[in-house]
Amino acid sequence: MSTATAAPVWTKVRQQPGALARLFDNKAFLIVVCLLPAVGLLLTFLTYPLGLGVYLAFTDQTIGRRGIWIGIENFEFLAEDPIFWNAVFYSVFYTAVATVGKFALGLWLALLLNQHLPMKSLLRAIILLPWIVPTVLSAIAFWWIYDPQFSIISWMLIELGLRETNVDFINTAWPARWSLIAANIWRGIPFVAISLLAGLQTISPSLYEAALLDGATPWQRFRHITFPMLMPILAIVMTFSIIFTFTDFQLVYSITRGGPVNSTHLMATLAFQRGIPGGQLGEGAAIAVAMIPFLVFATLFSYFALARRKWQQGESND
Amino acid sequence: MATVSVRQVRKSFGSTKILHGVDVEIADGEFVVLVGPSGCGKSTLLRMIAGLENITGGEIAIGGRVVNAVPPKDRDIAMVFQNYALYPHMTVRENMAFSMKLAKAPADVMEQEVQRAAKILGLEALLDRYPRQLSGGQRQRVAMGRAIVRHPQVFLFDEPLSNLDAKLRVQMRSEIRELQQRLATTTIYVTHDQIEAMTMADQIVVMNGGRIEQSGAPLALYDRPANTFVAGFIGSPAMNLLRGEVADGGFRAEGGAILPLPPGAHRGAATYGIRPEHLVLADDGIPAAIVIVEPTGSETQVSLRIGETPLIGAFRERVAGRPGDTLRIKPDLSLVHLFGPDGARL
Repeated sequence: MSTATAAPVWTKVRQQPGALARLFDNKAFLIVVCLLPAVGLLLTFLTYPLGLGVYLAFTDQTIGRRGIWIGIENFEFLAEDPIFWNAVFYSVFYTAVATVGKFALGLWLALLLNQHLPMKSLLRAIILLPWIVPTVLSAIAFWWIYDPQFSIISWMLIELGLRETNVDFINTAWPARWSLIAANIWRGIPFVAISLLAGLQTISPSLYEAALLDGATPWQRFRHITFPMLMPILAIVMTFSIIFTFTDFQLVYSITRGGPVNSTHLMATLAFQRGIPGGQLGEGAAIAVAMIPFLVFATLFSYFALARRKWQQGESND
Repeated sequence: MATVSVRQVRKSFGSTKILHGVDVEIADGEFVVLVGPSGCGKSTLLRMIAGLENITGGEIAIGGRVVNAVPPKDRDIAMVFQNYALYPHMTVRENMAFSMKLAKAPADVMEQEVQRAAKILGLEALLDRYPRQLSGGQRQRVAMGRAIVRHPQVFLFDEPLSNLDAKLRVQMRSEIRELQQRLATTTIYVTHDQIEAMTMADQIVVMNGGRIEQSGAPLALYDRPANTFVAGFIGSPAMNLLRGEVADGGFRAEGGAILPLPPGAHRGAATYGIRPEHLVLADDGIPAAIVIVEPTGSETQVSLRIGETPLIGAFRERVAGRPGDTLRIKPDLSLVHLFGPDGARL
């Protein structure tokens, strides 16, 4: 504002933006440009393989030979196939038992870790280990743990005088099924425990104090405060866990490869077995497609379980 | 209804001492406010009375029964939390009935109690709502309703109004007071707001650094603060506390002001306390320079300077001065407080 000295007068020139700048100011163009990489990746790596898989399920394509459209013949064949039904049964059984196990132990662990413990952060880090280790690596470890001759568990039990002979973990059908479920639970606990721990930490401590003054026993505090408050996150974590468990492949394929005598095939391992080593791409794809209804059901379960809790929303009373 | 006695209560978290031997006697039906700055231990003391913190030393008795080892639910108390601690997944009705449900009360008794509390608090229309659907003041009332249905011997309030806006706070202040007078239940109320303390309490306990500085009736604390901490804490705007010395012919404050003394003051170092509202405008007063004039409507607060000594005055009159002008003021000698070098009242 000084007028004492004759400062050079300078007015800002409003420059006309260049063609490129105008292009990047165009909203429609920006939307396309920003979305393109994500859409491209999704189309290439998700939609195309999924579409191809579904298409293959209706063909008789094998490795090295282009197939023709055969309608639902693959599914008709599978409907008569006891090995397929065995895989369906074991997939459901494996998912159900492992999920119950993971959530029971994971919730228990989360409740423990939510207490004041010495070296809490270190403990939490250790808990995550089974999840951080690549599945194949832990599968190999379990392979040794379950080994008919060199199993450390058998060795321990014999040394302790509890058994005379080695335990048969994976060489007959039912023990193999349970052993794989145990390995899956071990691997799945960290995910459940850490997710639920995060959920537990969002519950205000004053709610527990209020419940304490209201006269709630520890069980009642869990039943009336912890559990209902944890339900939203429990539903999400459970959905994810069910999907991961149902589509599990690595653990089973690394330890038993579906054996003995196809007794531990999951739908995923059977699909791979038939499609790649067996060469029957169409049939393998049909098994994989048959998993979709189960997964849709799991997702719907979570959707409806989530939509029920109106106390979370601030909507008007109804 | 019950008396509450806190005797030589101490609390430490590890090596950190929070309370250093606190004594409070609360009569049956009395409304006691624990007030003090953040970290003075007032909330800790309340939580110890509730049984949410254990007692490092001393004893607490409710209704003559020592409760040191009694679990919270058996102490016959109810507490209103700062964040209300309403169960978000329960309706207002379920929130209020929760303690009775746990005690397996019959359904008709539960409904009757909830209706009674809802009527007292004006919550009848909101019983089926969830806490999320309520305003701050309504949540506050539900929290009180949850306390009322239990017919406790003692109500405990932990800064219940600090999450409300200023207008609602004033309204809830009188609602809580009125409720307490109606139910005549012994009440212990924690706040950091001295105005809440002054307006609500039968007895104020001023705490600082884990010790009780003074306790007594609100106006007693206002009229005769026991030390400079209480003098500065109670009253708004805060009392002017000027350090200096009692000499012949007046009090020589640091900064150069010379102020008149009440008769009988002993010579020596002292702190001179005069509340802003006890300074009066007088033609024969001491000249003071105006620094800032803050009219609030009902009174005018003026920051003044006598020499280098800063002083706040609050006058009923409208002061029309500008910064730099001179105002002549005089302390009301009967309301001057003198404190010794250790801060205690002389």
